[in-house]
Amino acid sequence: MSSPAANEGSTVQFSQEIRERAQEIIARYPADRSRSALLPLLHLVQSEEGYVSPAGVAFCAEMLGITKAQVGAVATFYTMYKRRPTGDWLVSVCTNTLCNVLGGQEVYDALVEHLGVGHEETTDDGKITLEHAECLAACDYGPVMTVNYEYFDKTDPQQALALVEKLRAGERPMPSRGARLCTLKEMSLQLAGYADPREGAVAEGPAGESTLRGLRLAEQHGIAVPGYDPATPISRDDQPMPADAKAAEAAGVAANKPASDAKPAGDAKEPLERNLKGAEQ
Amino acid sequence: MTTPRRETLEKLTPVLTKRWLSPDAWRIEVYEQLDGYAALRKALAVHPDDLIQLVKDSGLRGRGGAGFPTGLKWGFIPQNDGKPHYLVVNADEGEPGTCKDLPLMMYDPHSLIEGVIIASYAIRANRAYIYIRGEAVHAARRLRNAIDEAYKAGYLGSNILGTGFDLDLVVHSGAGAYICGEETALLDSLEGFRGQPRLRPPFPATHGLYSCPTVVNNVGTIASVPYIVLGGADWWKSMGTEKSSGPMIYSLSGRVVNPGQYECSMGITLRELIELAGGMQPGHNLKFWTPGGSSTPLLTADHLDVPLDFESVAAAGSILGTTATQIFSDQDCPVYATYRWMEFYHHESCGKCTPCREGNYWMVRIYRRILSGQGTHEDLDTLVDTCDNILGRAFCGLGDGATSSVTSSIQYFKQDYLDYIEGRTPPKLPAEQPVGAH
Repeated sequence: MSSPAANEGSTVQFSQEIRERAQEIIARYPADRSRSALLPLLHLVQSEEGYVSPAGVAFCAEMLGITKAQVGAVATFYTMYKRRPTGDWLVSVCTNTLCNVLGGQEVYDALVEHLGVGHEETTDDGKITLEHAECLAACDYGPVMTVNYEYFDKTDPQQALALVEKLRAGERPMPSRGARLCTLKEMSLQLAGYADPREGAVAEGPAGESTLRGLRLAEQHGIAVPGYDPATPISRDDQPMPADAKAAEAAGVAANKPASDAKPAGDAKEPLERNLKGAEQ
Repeated sequence: MTTPRRETLEKLTPVLTKRWLSPDAWRIEVYEQLDGYAALRKALAVHPDDLIQLVKDSGLRGRGGAGFPTGLKWGFIPQNDGKPHYLVVNADEGEPGTCKDLPLMMYDPHSLIEGVIIASYAIRANRAYIYIRGEAVHAARRLRNAIDEAYKAGYLGSNILGTGFDLDLVVHSGAGAYICGEETALLDSLEGFRGQPRLRPPFPATHGLYSCPTVVNNVGTIASVPYIVLGGADWWKSMGTEKSSGPMIYSLSGRVVNPGQYECSMGITLRELIELAGGMQPGHNLKFWTPGGSSTPLLTADHLDVPLDFESVAAAGSILGTTATQIFSDQDCPVYATYRWMEFYHHESCGKCTPCREGNYWMVRIYRRILSGQGTHEDLDTLVDTCDNILGRAFCGLGDGATSSVTSSIQYFKQDYLDYIEGRTPPKLPAEQPVGAH
């Protein structure tokens, strides 16, 4: 399995335990499709070193029987694989449009100034890596930031500075939702597909009020959808499709024209084209 | 904050979100008490083709943005072809504004798993994947735990509930690439490559994962299936409109009093949604909004009464998308908002197709010039021309989506651009300052 060339230039020897984990990851995918394991394997090597080093690339290549160039091409494509050593705490601030206008840019700028580092840079004490992130899919809690991908909702510059100071002081502040913090290396092991080993961590994280807002409103005002009969038969015994279902199907197909030479690909072109015409006027 | 009117409240249809109110619904024993896995038992007792027909009859359309009829997609899978079939759930939620799938997987993961098993049985797949966005660690943690529970209970693995049906389900975490939400890029990523889209045809229905017949469905689509199986097509169609059936999770963010998730009958209007959300924040008047994420053309206060279903939004010049309504007010600048979205598309363009890769790169620079007070009238023409050269000229919809906010903001808010160019609005960005640099 191991070839001398594969570890050329490597500064780290991956332990037997990691090798066994790599085999477990590979076994999740069909036997002749081991390359599917590459993304989790990259998370795995990052869980050891805190970034994807040349040794990590070589390890993945060796485990999958592909070249280091093939692994490197993939590793450099994805934002979550870091190419330089990271701190224990990856602090990400959403600066995409919505969080941005709600104050996310000020949060990021304040952290840059306070920590003295820029995008994807790590503080001198090696504790915090800062990055500005694109939409973190929590827009109803904007502006949001994350520490090792756990959310801290509705943040502002003061809260953000207090948060990083706590992290530097060795504290682990509780995220707004999700489980208590673990280090980036520990989180990378979960990303490789392993269960969170911490007792009770999966139970942590209450639903936020924004998430439940519509439900609370319905509950408060006694709104519920009409009940259904779970014994409703599935089979329609060769009855033709109802007209409204046919209409829905035809509309869905019309909105998703298959690719053609004139328009190579893409969905729902017409409104966009109309828009373009509007902008030209 | 005013209480919404009764007729508006009655548009709320908590179906997929309902279990979120039960704090432990993510545990299998609680899920089972709340009708959980009842649909699976019912589904496994009928012929797979009957399930495909049921989903067709329900009129269910994909919840990931494009709105393709789900039953039709399932029906495209060739049967008795001797090849393995795959179901892949697209849980790579990342369209700016969209935040409905992560809470579903966090608070009700078994509903997705139950939908996966039923859908896999219908299309005759014995292996399914949930490709979840890497950053969504909290949801992945719950999902992996739920899958372990489902295996132990005999809902996954071999000979499920004694029916002879086998299914293995793997959660595959991504690694931070928006493009992997595009179904063919997702498949490439799942195969261990860079996430770059494939030319279609052939479509995933015949040449998907590992070149085998594959259905790729969004989280919300698959999670809808158990309800349709239990309640039937007619019950499902009692919500929504004729061509856009069922409930839909509308995600409200931005300048409203109570941002959040509101599951409503499809076809509700933004005016009604804002009413449900307690109105606009004090001092803010609606100026522009996205009906379904940043890849859908902006709409304005003139579109408050457009029914938010697939057809009506298209007729208004936009796209229903993921029903992620990001709401901006007169205190927000549409030029700056669009600039920041362009930074996003520039960063997330996978680089495969020249129009998208180069077009977005240069449009970001034009926006910086305009916002730093150095823009020219010609810049507006260049933007429109660039969009014309991206739209429909890339493999996937990312490039198309990138043009949405540019062309729509120029269409509706040309004066805001001119105010920067002609010096009436002070520069928002300092000259030569690489804001949000990549």
